[in-house]
Amino acid sequence: MALRNESRKGRRVAIVSLFSKKQRTAAEIVAAARDEQKISGQELLDEIFPDFMEMHGDRLNDDDPSIVGGLAHFAGRPVTVLVIDKGTSAKDRIAKHFGSPAPAAYRKSLRLVKQAEKFSRPVLAFVNTAGAYPAASAEEQGQGEAIAHNLLEIADVKVPFLTVIYGEGGSGGALALACGDEIWMSENSMYSVLSPEGFASILWKDASKSDEAAEVMQLTPEALDKAGVIEGIIPEPNTHKRFCKNIIQVLRPELEKLEKLSSDELVAQRKARFRKF
Amino acid sequence: MQLFDELKTLGQKHVKADKQAQQNVPSGVWLACPKCKQSVYHKDLGIYSTCPNCSYGFRISSRQRVDWLTDSFTEMGQDLQTADPLDFPDYAKKIDKAQQATDLNDSVLTGVAKIGEQEFLLGVMDPKFIMGSMGTVTGEKITRLFEYATKHNKAVVLFTASGGARMQEGIYSLMQMAKVSQAVREHSKAGLFYLSVITDPTTGGVTASFAMQGDIILSEPHALIGFAGKRVIEQTMHQKIPENLQDADNIMKHGFVDAIVKREEQKDTIAWLLEMNQGKAGE
Repeated sequence: MALRNESRKGRRVAIVSLFSKKQRTAAEIVAAARDEQKISGQELLDEIFPDFMEMHGDRLNDDDPSIVGGLAHFAGRPVTVLVIDKGTSAKDRIAKHFGSPAPAAYRKSLRLVKQAEKFSRPVLAFVNTAGAYPAASAEEQGQGEAIAHNLLEIADVKVPFLTVIYGEGGSGGALALACGDEIWMSENSMYSVLSPEGFASILWKDASKSDEAAEVMQLTPEALDKAGVIEGIIPEPNTHKRFCKNIIQVLRPELEKLEKLSSDELVAQRKARFRKF
Repeated sequence: MQLFDELKTLGQKHVKADKQAQQNVPSGVWLACPKCKQSVYHKDLGIYSTCPNCSYGFRISSRQRVDWLTDSFTEMGQDLQTADPLDFPDYAKKIDKAQQATDLNDSVLTGVAKIGEQEFLLGVMDPKFIMGSMGTVTGEKITRLFEYATKHNKAVVLFTASGGARMQEGIYSLMQMAKVSQAVREHSKAGLFYLSVITDPTTGGVTASFAMQGDIILSEPHALIGFAGKRVIEQTMHQKIPENLQDADNIMKHGFVDAIVKREEQKDTIAWLLEMNQGKAGE
């Protein structure tokens, strides 16, 4: 647990410098998380993982592009990278269901995680999704089973698994790639059990009360950090380049710390991380 | 003499105007099966509360199920109480009401059960407790159920029924999915048997975690099994979805359920499956 305390200390500085400027409302953070100018998954890959090679397919019968997965070097070591991408062009966005992974995407990502374990590669996951794909086809392909299987397998995967939520962290669709050792959130991101609109419409039968819902839900990085749901917040400056630099700066030492643990220690610590809720 | 005395004859408009008519028919005597739409006389449902026409299992309380399913049952985890982590308006009142209606502290009943000589850990989610939604206490009780089973080398049988994560407990509900999954994994690694039995309705975060993590997954006839709600799919996709999309039959056809078992056969089936899957527990 010493490790966790250390990382807590380190990030205090970042938080103060962020939030002493201006206190934003939860609704503003939701808007920022969904902003059109938000960095795309492809840009993240290009900037942080220049030698990234994409790997396709779930080896069952499908390949869903909403999760981009593959191999790359990160700070000198091979890693497996998983990125939920909302896409940029209209065609791309439609193919990726606007960043809502279909079951095949979760099956592909799990395949790559198991491969990472075999070759002792850490996994770095980047999440930006409104939620898993809610379509009739996804139901018949077993959306629930696909996510459930990810949760079960990642529970004791023997390599470090770090996640950065860089936009929306929508419910089970996000959790499927955020159930590892550490979860970091960018300054303009959210993580919640469902969208503020859905929350308002279920509880108050009025989707227009989403701003109010956002406040109640405690979905901001700051609130989730306080609650111990995430390890910390990554500052998100105006340029995408600088944002990526910040991500590298945070992930690098965290990864080094996790790599010092034996696989048993790693899994035990991961278990303790979720057992407290 | 008039052949037709208008004043003394009851016209159609008079019949319609009898506003009391509805109240004069005792409710609950005749029910419509929500799946096959047939009218069913309430006594024909029997102790299992199933439709005599299509075998659909009506939504029943967890205590009612435990009554006909087990030979003995010792409850666990009654002491837990939700902390209302979001301090959500009127949530405490809602919990209080549900507790009184179901005689449960949260949406799952857990304990040590016996069928014949076989002892196992049993969890039964209760659709009458805020639609079986999963709050922190639900997750904690199920986690403890698996931990206890792992410690004592026992199988787990879990009946699911849930609207998904409980909105009023926000992200903490979501975390239960990961927490329970960890406990299921430990139990599985110990070589122990987990039987998941899906009942109507099982959706959202429960489908996306422990309902689909069983070594064997059974379902009741015509149980609704899904991840996204019907309304969400229709609104997001702008497509009408077929009536039977999330019906157990269709889910089994697509490969996600091992078998559909009627209530009257569940006790024998479960006893048989426990015997077949003893593994390390039998040593």
